[in-house]
Amino acid sequence: MQITVGPNQFFWDAASWRDFYARLADEAPVDRVVLGELVCSKRLPFYQAEIPGAVERLQAAGKAVAMTSLALITLKRERTLTAELAATGLEVEVNDLTALAHLPPGAAFSVGPLVNVYNEGTLGWLAARGARRICLPPELPPEPLALLAAQSPVPVEVWGWGRLPLAISARCYHARLHDRAKDSCQFVCDVDPDGRAVDTLDGQRFLAVNGVQTLSAACASAARALPRLREAGIAALRLSPQAEGFVAVCRLFRDLADGRIDAAEFDARARPLAPGGAFCDGFLTGAAGVAWSGA
Amino acid sequence: MMELVCPAGTPAALRAAVEAGAHAVYCGFADETNARNFPGLNFSRPELAEGVAFAHRHGAKVLVAINTFPQAGRQALWHRAVADAEAAGADAVILADLGLVAHTAEQHPGLRRHLSVQAAAANPDIINFYAEAFGVKRVVLPRVLTVAEITAINREIDAETEVFVFGGLCVMAEGRCSLSSYATGRSPNMNGVCSPPSHVVYAEEGDTLAARLGGFTIQKSARGAPAPYPTLCKGCFVSEGTTGYVFEDPASLDASDLIPALARAGVTALKIEGRQRSRAYVKEVVRSFRAAVEAVAAGRPVPAGQLARLSEGQAATTGAYAKTWR
Repeated sequence: MQITVGPNQFFWDAASWRDFYARLADEAPVDRVVLGELVCSKRLPFYQAEIPGAVERLQAAGKAVAMTSLALITLKRERTLTAELAATGLEVEVNDLTALAHLPPGAAFSVGPLVNVYNEGTLGWLAARGARRICLPPELPPEPLALLAAQSPVPVEVWGWGRLPLAISARCYHARLHDRAKDSCQFVCDVDPDGRAVDTLDGQRFLAVNGVQTLSAACASAARALPRLREAGIAALRLSPQAEGFVAVCRLFRDLADGRIDAAEFDARARPLAPGGAFCDGFLTGAAGVAWSGA
Repeated sequence: MMELVCPAGTPAALRAAVEAGAHAVYCGFADETNARNFPGLNFSRPELAEGVAFAHRHGAKVLVAINTFPQAGRQALWHRAVADAEAAGADAVILADLGLVAHTAEQHPGLRRHLSVQAAAANPDIINFYAEAFGVKRVVLPRVLTVAEITAINREIDAETEVFVFGGLCVMAEGRCSLSSYATGRSPNMNGVCSPPSHVVYAEEGDTLAARLGGFTIQKSARGAPAPYPTLCKGCFVSEGTTGYVFEDPASLDASDLIPALARAGVTALKIEGRQRSRAYVKEVVRSFRAAVEAVAAGRPVPAGQLARLSEGQAATTGAYAKTWR
C-alpha cells in the first residue's frame, strides 16, 4: 500500500509551509506528494516562491511529486494559473476538470478526489485520456469503490486521513464570520491552520470552514477499513496535511500498512493527533460519512 | 426573447407550466437518475411521451434531466434513461457526469446535450472543452458567478448559457457538495436528494422546536413560529461563540430584477427551480416570469414585486450574481 500526501487545504505562512514540506521530504515514509494551492487562489502569492525548493527537496528524497489544480476555477487569473501549471512539466493533479482542458494530449496527469469519478464510464474515459492515477471522491460507498478499483486500468487511491473536503463555494465563510466580503478578507483564514469549527446549536462537533471550503469536523481515518481496501486492490491511501504532528501520522500509517501495528493501536496513538479530536469513517463503511466504526 | 425554462415535477405541472407560457420545461424519470428524486414526483416513460406531445403541440420544448452521477455497476439505468428520453421525443437531455456525456455523444449523437448545473462548469475553458469534445450545446451555469463574470464567459464560448433566476438556492458549487451524505448517507450526486425528509426529526423542547438532520440540531424556533426546513447549508450553527447562519440565511433566489442585465450578458435561457413545487405555484411563477421576459424583450422594465409572496416565506436574495454576496 502506497502513501500519498494530498495538497495542503489550509492557509499557512511561508515559513510554516516550507518547514512542513522540508520535514515531509526528510522524515516522512511516504511515496508521493501533491502540493500547490487547492482552495483559494488569493493565498498562493504568500508561499509561491517556496514551491520550487520544496519540489526539488521532495524529489531528491525519492518521492514522486505532482502539482494540484485549484478546486474551483472561475477568475481569469485562476485560468492563467491553471495554464501555467500544465506548462511546468510536473504531473498535474486535476481537481477541477478545467485543468484537463489546458493539458496537451499526452501530458502526465492524475485525478484528485474533488473530480466526480463515480462510475466505470467516467473512470474509463479519464484513463483513456491519459490519467495515470485516480483518487476517488471521499463520499463513494464501499461497493462502487471496490468495483472501480477492480476495473481500473490505473492505480486507484482513496482518502485515508484528515478532515474531509465536503463542499466548495464562491462565498468565503471565514470572511463572512468576520463580517467581511471575500474581496476584503484580509486573509483571515490564516488564523485557523486546520480550519475553524462549526458546531450545531446543541454543541455537537459537526463541520469546519476553511475559506471557501467546508470540511468535516471529525478526522476521517481509513485505518480500520485498510484490510478491505487492500483486498479491493486500492493502491494508495491519501493523507491530508495538518499543522501539527503530520510526520507522526505518516509513520503510523506506514506501520499499520506494513503490519507493525494493528488498527486498535493505530487508533489509540493517532487520536491525539486528529484535528477535531474525533474520527469518522462512515463513507468507507456505507454509512453516513460522520459515522465511526470504532465507536 | 429569452427562453424561459420551467420546472415540471409531474405531468400536471408540465401542462400548467406550458399553459402559463413556459418556452421549455424540464423534468426527470421517477428514479435516482435525476437530482429531484422525491416520492410522488417525476415521470414514467408513457407520461414523458405524453408530456412531450402536449408541450410540442403548444410550441414548447421538453428537457429531460438525467443529472445525477451514475453508480458504478448500475450505469445501464442511466444509459436507458438517455435512450428513453430520446425515444420519447425529448428536445434535449441535461447531463452532469463526464462519462454519461461521453456515452450520450457517442451513442445518441442526434440528441441535443445540455450540461447540468451539477457539472459545475464555471469558466470558458471547461465550457469550450465540453462543447468541443462532446458537442454540448448549452451549459447551465453554476451559482458561483457574478453577472459580470457571466458576461465575460459568454464572450468566450461557443455554447448557449442558462442561469437560475428563481427558487431554491444552493450555496455551494452544485455537484461538488457532500454535506448531505456526511450527515445522512444520502447525497444529491448519488441519490438525487439533499437533506432528505427521511432523516429530519422535529423535537419540542419546552417553548422551542428543534429541527435535526441526521441527529444534528441545525434549526431552533419558538413554538408556534414558522419552522424552517433543516437544509444543511441554510442551518443555524455556532462557531467560536457566534451563533448564526454561517453559510446562508434561509433565503431563496429571486433574480427577476436582473433579467435585463442577464439579457445584456448574452444569457440564452432563464431557469426556474422547483420541480418539487405545486402546480399552482409553478403556474403563478411561470406567468410572472413570462410577463417579465416579454417586458424586457420589448424594452420595458420588469414588472415589480409580484413574486415576493412565493419566495420560501422568507427573504429573497440575488445570491452570487452580486459580487458582495461572496
